[in-house]
Amino acid sequence: MTEKLDITLTINGRDHAIKVEPRRTLADAIREDCGQTGTHIGCEHGVCGACTVIVDGAPVRSCLMFAAQAEGKKIRTVEGLANDHDLHPMQQAFMDHHGLQCGFCTPGFLMLAVGVLEREPDISDEDLIDVLSSNLCRCTGYQNIIKAVRAAAQEMRK
Amino acid sequence: MAQKPKFIGRSVPRLEDRPLLTGKGRFAADISFPGQWTMRVVRSSVGHGRIKVIDTTAALAMPGVHAVWTFADVAHIPPIGFRLTGLKSLEPYRQRVLANDIVRYVGEPVAVVFADGQYAAEDAAEAVEIEIEQLGAIVNATQEPGIFAAGLNTEPDVIRKSFGDIDAAFRNAHAVIALELSVGRHTGVPMETRGAIARYDETRNVLEMHGAAKVPHWNRANLAQMLGLTHDAIHLYEGHVGGGFGIRGELYPEDVLVCAAALHFKKPIKWIEDRREHLIAANHSRQQTHHIRAAIDKDGHILGIDNKFFHDNGAYMRTHAATVPDLAAAMMPGPYRIPAYRTAGHIRLTNKTPCGTYRAPGRYESTFVRERLLDAIAAKVGVDKVEIRRRNLIDKSAMPYTLGLDTLGTHIVYDSGDYALLLDKTLKASGWDELQAELKARRAKGEKVGAGIAMFVEKSGLGPFDTVRVTVKPEGGIEVVTGVASIGQGVETVIAQICADTLGVDYSTIAVIHGQTDRIARGMGAFASRVTVMCGEATRLAATKLRAQALEAAAILMQTDAAHLDIVNGEVVRSGDSPGPSMTLSALAQQMPEGLSVEDTFESSQMVYPYGIHVAAVKDDIQTGAIAIERYLMAYDVGKAVNPKLVEGQIVGGLAQGLGGALFEEFLYDEHGEPLSVTFADYLMPTAHEVPPSTVLLTEDSPSPLNPLGLKGAGEGGTNPVGAVIASAIDDALQRPGAITQLPITPMRLKAIVKSA
Repeated sequence: MTEKLDITLTINGRDHAIKVEPRRTLADAIREDCGQTGTHIGCEHGVCGACTVIVDGAPVRSCLMFAAQAEGKKIRTVEGLANDHDLHPMQQAFMDHHGLQCGFCTPGFLMLAVGVLEREPDISDEDLIDVLSSNLCRCTGYQNIIKAVRAAAQEMRK
Repeated sequence: MAQKPKFIGRSVPRLEDRPLLTGKGRFAADISFPGQWTMRVVRSSVGHGRIKVIDTTAALAMPGVHAVWTFADVAHIPPIGFRLTGLKSLEPYRQRVLANDIVRYVGEPVAVVFADGQYAAEDAAEAVEIEIEQLGAIVNATQEPGIFAAGLNTEPDVIRKSFGDIDAAFRNAHAVIALELSVGRHTGVPMETRGAIARYDETRNVLEMHGAAKVPHWNRANLAQMLGLTHDAIHLYEGHVGGGFGIRGELYPEDVLVCAAALHFKKPIKWIEDRREHLIAANHSRQQTHHIRAAIDKDGHILGIDNKFFHDNGAYMRTHAATVPDLAAAMMPGPYRIPAYRTAGHIRLTNKTPCGTYRAPGRYESTFVRERLLDAIAAKVGVDKVEIRRRNLIDKSAMPYTLGLDTLGTHIVYDSGDYALLLDKTLKASGWDELQAELKARRAKGEKVGAGIAMFVEKSGLGPFDTVRVTVKPEGGIEVVTGVASIGQGVETVIAQICADTLGVDYSTIAVIHGQTDRIARGMGAFASRVTVMCGEATRLAATKLRAQALEAAAILMQTDAAHLDIVNGEVVRSGDSPGPSMTLSALAQQMPEGLSVEDTFESSQMVYPYGIHVAAVKDDIQTGAIAIERYLMAYDVGKAVNPKLVEGQIVGGLAQGLGGALFEEFLYDEHGEPLSVTFADYLMPTAHEVPPSTVLLTEDSPSPLNPLGLKGAGEGGTNPVGAVIASAIDDALQRPGAITQLPITPMRLKAIVKSA
């Protein structure tokens, strides 16, 4: 084991002062050290996208980033999407279109889609499916996820 | 009078969604206890070998490491037992929780490390030194059986089923068609890997296991037996479950180890599997090779089917025992009239990950084989593939249809079905005739396009029972406690819908509690598309009684006859238009010293049989070997859809998994039993790119006569015939009937087929 680092992670606007090994992944730090378990870990090798969070405005795989690399950056996770009782349009669209079944991949899809649509609100349909194909879902067959993201994109443009 | 809302049959939003959308889910890895130790499994890196040395010295010396267990520490724990189809002959092939002297697959647990946290545990696991002498591996189930252990060969048993005079059928045949067909090894791969957290509460003398799924009551009973505990000294708790598909929630070695360690060390023990472990250690499925022969008359009517198949079960017999080959043997006949049938399913063990069920177990395989056979018969007789199916379908007038075979402890009796009607509807909805013309025109221009069709009968609603307790909470709301489990399919919503209509309350006021062994004495869990049928009917029975009880009690308080009362939106009111006092169910419950609660059980010795048809149109790219799915339609008769949107969700999700097995997913091994598909970069699951838009034609023409709502299960019809229909469509695109004999049809295999022409 190596010496631990003192770092501060800013998650959904709140600072978390934590002590971590340099090798600790951002995903583990968010979940274990900061207690935000809404971000899920599905493969730990950057393929499934369940651990997707938004770092400084861009969706990233938090299993492929070290916690220490995220210091000083703005991290957003699924816990920060809803405004108290009001769901984010993306969350609402997933509910309306039955875009989730077991819900394990859902936080990753929500953060991926929100992150991309905030940067590219007018993304083409083809590019959108390209983006969504970077995460894996094993329950829905994707069609309802695509419908939900399209509907949310319209809502977010308003 | 207030309008009474109906919930059954409506696509109401799911009750499950909000916590899952807001990051408040409680999946296995989200459960932690103060002072917990992390368990890490040290696995065999050899497919078949003899353990010479396990040296734990270096691992034990590392900081944060508390203990390392090997076989000697768990030698008193018996092997894991069988949950279904547990033939006596298979018992010597059960798996121990840690390997003793022989390892039989890469991934087999050999030792476990207990340490503070995941990182320390993983470091220590790497430091456990294991020396294994390599032995020859068996990786092919179609070869002659080898040695499993002294006096035991690698064919523990052969599943034999038959009816009719098979010899006469072949004697009288106009022609005989013989095919060899195989399905590749793949499995459920839920997005959440497995996990288990156990803690022993000394003050209550209770061992708790969190992270349970699928069959908590069975697992509790078996853990208790294996660890020498009474049933009330161990409880299992299901949180959110990140997908089931047959594989998750079975009792695995790691579950037992976590529990044994929590008891022994009196520390909470947490184990969360990583993805590589999952792909080599959790149940695989599907791998079979069939040699099928059909006797037909001159018009293509089937006179008899004779089949011999080899089921590759991997290294051990796990909880499902002979379930998958038994189902493959029993469900092979499908929707067709087959006068004589004989099958022999050879269960073979190989040096690969052990197997269990995966969504539509035995049917994905047997439908592929049967529907390939139907296509071959059509080609032989010279009629189209729709016509050959129509000629052989079981007629509606024959329902209920006794097949003459048994499986899962039940006689197979198709309870209801109008297969020809569904075929008509499917052809119409898919525009089959126009599609044929269009594809023909495109083929004439050189495009490799074609269409396929596959028909199937599913099974669902396996008993023998389910129990439900419905309670009106004095503080408001209704609670339904059941012994089933939720693996993400929407159990809470569907059960609430059934309870809501029966009782007269809004579905959103109902909390459905599942998967908690301390809340209800017994339960069967979630498998075999059984929950909506079995738990749904148990809920209806209990809610019906509860309603009668409530009305009787209210009648006394409201000084009227119960016959004049109704329950609307959770309120007891005068029925009809008559005005008068009313009271809420919770106010009523407050006035009843015994409370307002009813427990009831639905028992069933028969399964119910939904049926369906898939149609696909594909385009083959013969340069790259890629297959583009241009159209896909799934027709499915589920008797009665409680929530059509959720049923469609099941069907479309099932299609994605079926496509995975048809085109992409395969666990490959080298000749030493070294697995080649151990990451998501090698084991390719369909993404949003590969799963095409599809149409679902949901019909309710054949409600089940075996329960009053007419319910049949909907979980597996999206997966069942996908391999079959894709093969049929590719054949058509190549204009080579019978070209596809093996799944998955990877680009490499398709190119080889094209080249062999």
